Amino acid sequence: MTELLASRKVRGYALFVGVAALLLAVAPGVLDPFRLGLLAKYLCFAIAALGIGLAWGQGGMMTLGQGVFFGLGGYAMGMFLKLHDAGDGLPDFMTWSGVEELPALWEPFRSPVFAMSMVVVLPVAVAVLLGLLVFRQRVRGAYFAILSQALAAAFVIWLVGHQGLTGGTNGLTNFYDVFGMDPEEDGTQRTLYYVVVIVLGTLYLLARQLTKSRFGRLLVAVRDGEDRVRFLGYNPATVKTITFATSAAMAGIAGALYVPVVGIISPALLGVVPSLELVVAVAIGGRFALGGAILGGVLMNYAHTTLSENWAEGWTYLQGGLFILVIMLAPKGIAGLAGQLGDLAARRRTPKAPEAPTVAIKEEVPA
Amino acid sequence: MLDQLPIGLSISGALLLIALGLTFTFGQMGVINMAHGEFIMAGAYTAYMIQDFAGDQAVIVALPLAFVVAGAMGLILERVAIRRFYGRPLDTLLLTWGVSLVLQQLARDLFGAPNVNVTAPGWLEGRLTLGSVIVPYTRLFIMALAIVCVVAIWAYMNRSRQGRRMRAVMQNRELAACSGVITERVDQLTFFIGSGLAGIAGVALTLIGPIGPTLGTNYIVDAFLVVVAGGLGQLRGAVLAALALGLLNSYAEFWTDASLAKVIVFGSIVAFLQFRPQGMFVLRSRALT
Repeated sequence: MTELLASRKVRGYALFVGVAALLLAVAPGVLDPFRLGLLAKYLCFAIAALGIGLAWGQGGMMTLGQGVFFGLGGYAMGMFLKLHDAGDGLPDFMTWSGVEELPALWEPFRSPVFAMSMVVVLPVAVAVLLGLLVFRQRVRGAYFAILSQALAAAFVIWLVGHQGLTGGTNGLTNFYDVFGMDPEEDGTQRTLYYVVVIVLGTLYLLARQLTKSRFGRLLVAVRDGEDRVRFLGYNPATVKTITFATSAAMAGIAGALYVPVVGIISPALLGVVPSLELVVAVAIGGRFALGGAILGGVLMNYAHTTLSENWAEGWTYLQGGLFILVIMLAPKGIAGLAGQLGDLAARRRTPKAPEAPTVAIKEEVPA
Repeated sequence: MLDQLPIGLSISGALLLIALGLTFTFGQMGVINMAHGEFIMAGAYTAYMIQDFAGDQAVIVALPLAFVVAGAMGLILERVAIRRFYGRPLDTLLLTWGVSLVLQQLARDLFGAPNVNVTAPGWLEGRLTLGSVIVPYTRLFIMALAIVCVVAIWAYMNRSRQGRRMRAVMQNRELAACSGVITERVDQLTFFIGSGLAGIAGVALTLIGPIGPTLGTNYIVDAFLVVVAGGLGQLRGAVLAALALGLLNSYAEFWTDASLAKVIVFGSIVAFLQFRPQGMFVLRSRALT
């Protein structure tokens, strides 16, 4: 048993080091700057997916509003970059929509320290507020999913409606100066790529540490039997709120990195559908493994970008069909596929053996 | 102030029609059917397709037809996929979202991406004037339709054998099965009715404005909120919540603006759940969760 554990642990580290080497050493050499930029974009989504993996896979909270947190981080970053570009004047889109004075909301974002801290503080604040209100009242499962989805819908409608404040449908775009670098230059893309990879790696290790800790075990316990945990004297609402806030912070960081990498943040990236797509990406990658969530985030966005451009109609059918198939046939996603195949093979070999107890995918059915 | 009332009430009516279907599929069966929006769209396109043949009575003909079309789609979905997912509502959400993507694209391929108009029949043109309040007949029709549907569903759930079986299965599946109820048959019928109601809602929506492949997605989030606020599977909860949400939405839009209205509605629901976390009405049971 210890041997097996050791080998699994070693394999896990080997995989991590291998992927890290691939991303840090091989990819920048092989890919041209444009592709490298795209990969950086996928990895930004992977950071947000990691957060969902934590909240949903480990904690059982299906959050359909991650776009909100992604957006809060993204807009914090975008506002800072916009103000930096504008200097003493107004950001360009404000002049177009007839705003004459810088809104008070924007003023503090001149400070890089304030803006960068808001990338994390804003999503965490919203998540803690919503989490405390909702989880304390034991609103969970499907109710929570629907509420978080409604939050995403309301957020986007609000953004679109306040043209002068948020740039409306167009969002914030046209950045000319990213921390003293020219975003058009190849070197900038490369630097940003490294930043994204390192942030993703760090957050992954943090999330992994969290799941391996006592807190992580408590979290899984809350997922599988919230009431039992309550009877043991813990407060599930606190555990859930902390996890939800962590995943929100990850989405915020992802959004903030996305802005300089891609050069835009707009409501179209944040609404009900993009938020759902992220969750589906995690489902396809494998929600119960943090690595699966990351894999799903990268794969789905890769497929989305490549296929939807030159094969738009077909892509929608393929995407829809793929979800249906994965959810029906492989509910644990790609990461769970190996285990599933192993189970199948084992059952073949010993047809009479009693079925091995598998980890049931169970949810609370609100009654 | 008063002018806003009929607008609010007709939004309530449309919301209620959509939420009624959800009280069946989500409330009774615990399935989060994201494709419900696309069943609405299917109902709306049914009305669009028959408007040329049916003449002045198109709306009346479209209602039962849309019910059957959307219901059949729901039944197929239930048979092929959803029945493997009972007890896992969040997985049904992902699954049916995939279905909804496919159906939307199908509508785009069949009817084209731009929105189309369904002309309201002649007898629905015109308006009722009550003092300063003006109510178009189409809006009155939607309210009336919602009331008729509520009464019919109430009678079905509380006065028919089949409705009693449905409630029995919802409250305790195993016990219902032991008592001789064929639960699978009940599931099918429940899903058929729930989806069919989406079709009826779709026909009603053609009276409000142009319809397109993404018609359903505009309403589905609000409709789920109605079910959450009203209480799962509770008819009176759905009615009250739809009324409250529709009125709140239209008055919030009236006093502030459309973009803030949604935020206000969302905030109110979260605040409301502080007092009644399970919605307005709760089916009493000894279950812990």
